[in-house]
Amino acid sequence: MTAPALARALDLITRVRGVRGAMVVSRSDGLVVAEQLMEGIKGSAVAALASSLAGRLQRAMISAGLGSSQFWHLQCDQGALLVVPAGAEHGLLLVAVTEADVNVGLVRLELLRAAETAV
Amino acid sequence: MSDDVKALSAQLASDPQSLVFLRLGELLRQKRQFDAATRVAQHGLERHPHLADAHDLLARIFADAHDYEHAFDEWDMTLRIAPQHTGALKGLAFLYFKIGDLAQAESHLQAARDAAPDDPTIEQAFAVIRGEAGATLAPPSPRATPAPQPAVSLPAADAEPPAVAARRSESVSALPDERIFAGLEGAEEGLLLLDAAGLVLGGALKTPEGTDVTDTVAAYLAGVSQESGRAARLLDLGSWHGLSAEGQGGHVYLVQPTPESLLLLMRDRSLPLGRLGLLAQRAAQVARQWLERQR
Repeated sequence: MTAPALARALDLITRVRGVRGAMVVSRSDGLVVAEQLMEGIKGSAVAALASSLAGRLQRAMISAGLGSSQFWHLQCDQGALLVVPAGAEHGLLLVAVTEADVNVGLVRLELLRAAETAV
Repeated sequence: MSDDVKALSAQLASDPQSLVFLRLGELLRQKRQFDAATRVAQHGLERHPHLADAHDLLARIFADAHDYEHAFDEWDMTLRIAPQHTGALKGLAFLYFKIGDLAQAESHLQAARDAAPDDPTIEQAFAVIRGEAGATLAPPSPRATPAPQPAVSLPAADAEPPAVAARRSESVSALPDERIFAGLEGAEEGLLLLDAAGLVLGGALKTPEGTDVTDTVAAYLAGVSQESGRAARLLDLGSWHGLSAEGQGGHVYLVQPTPESLLLLMRDRSLPLGRLGLLAQRAAQVARQWLERQR
């Protein structure tokens, strides 16, 4: 995994209209690996929370017999946080921060594509 | 194929945009050709997705086919489009009656009566709910007219499964915990209501193999509300109102019925995530009412 590959992955995601930023986050420690965020977004804090939430959901879903999580979506009044696991052994998370009226399906596809091809 | 079906089919083929699909779907429903009726209604909905009568038609087909969950969804959608649609109000009243929630059944019937005070079938339905002798409740007819029900009557109250009948006989004001989600499909294996500390308030979760994992999943989910709220605040996104996750074997959807509770809905992948969200919002509403009654 190279820096250009990560940048490409984030480009794919932030190109979608309504995406305010995207990050690659280390799943194990919640640290930002790469980011393309609009000004004002607290990347490091969001990364930590995204990692923690992903961990909780992952454990809950595996316990419930649903297997590992492939995509999750936190819906809020004024936007959303969308996350896809990526990298070897899913050691990374691709995170997108969006506005409320974004095409979630499209962001999801770009996240999945980026996770498959670029990360 | 009967002549009237053929005639309507031909009419629809010559003008696919027309509303004749409503008559054709209804006719097929009355003939108990549910697969064909469903296809007609769904094709019609593809062209007229905001037509309340089309959703109502599909709901009645589902109800006749005993697919009550989908019937509920379609009547719910009908009311979102046309809040005073008497067919949908009566349909939901019927479904609530089926699962023993007499308060909800009566409330929907009252709304139907307000919308159509001259509809005699509503009074008949009230009579059933009040337990008047000889009265039986059938799913609603397409229009608020006193037309007799065709051969589509669903099992009346006396033909309900024992568990449903038993629940119906209970007092509405003394609902036991396991009835929080009464009427919602999968309530005892795919719905979970937790308090802020992750303690189970109601519902249960089972793996596809049937293992009860309620407490384990509840423990993992403790704190999700707070973390979701913090993430939303950090990003200036306002309040969070839903958290969905796709897994290899199914989906989960989390909502907050109240600030101190968390509701999880879990289904296999055959149910699209968007639909799961609708179900979760409905379950949250039920849970909210239940929590209010506990205070």
